[in-house]
Amino acid sequence: MNDIILYIVFGLIGSGLLMATIRLIVGPKLSDRAVSLDTFNVIVVGIIAMLSFVYDNGLLLDIAIVYGALAFLETLVFARYVEGHHGRS
Amino acid sequence: MDVVNVISAVFLVLGGLFYFLGGLGVLRMPDPFDRIQAGTKATTLGAFSILIGVGVSHPDWLLKVILIIVFIALSNPIGSSALAKATYKAEGAPDNIVTDEMKDLMGGEEHVE
Repeated sequence: MNDIILYIVFGLIGSGLLMATIRLIVGPKLSDRAVSLDTFNVIVVGIIAMLSFVYDNGLLLDIAIVYGALAFLETLVFARYVEGHHGRS
Repeated sequence: MDVVNVISAVFLVLGGLFYFLGGLGVLRMPDPFDRIQAGTKATTLGAFSILIGVGVSHPDWLLKVILIIVFIALSNPIGSSALAKATYKAEGAPDNIVTDEMKDLMGGEEHVE
């Protein structure tokens, strides 16, 4: 029963990550890529939390904290980079 | 399976569903502002649900989980508003909007390609 729930959750998260990755690759403008990278990072934080649940290891939550902090910094830096690129891809 | 596992499983499936909807919105929405809307709000709620599900099943990790939730609740709206402002400055407003208040805030000048 528990395994079935884990398969469902990882399937849903994985398909969300796959769709964000497709938008990251094909995105017509630079800002689309920045938005999908933000989505990608938040999904990866959830995946790390799910891995700490599966492997029963609390240390992975520390990795999720550090990854979240770096993802926030990356979003801000990427937003500053997008500001200077007028309409290019 | 006792009641704690059932509550945890409900939160985990809900979080996975919101992550799926966030990815679907990022893939299918027509312009970058709609993609910001879909991809940031839905994934914020998905992260909350998954972290609450993990924290309910393991109560000794609850402090770290609350720390991550507070950090995501603070950082994700700041990131999305920075992205929206950068997108407006780089590409201008989309064609089908009704009002453009950001234009007044930025000194009344349209962006230049």
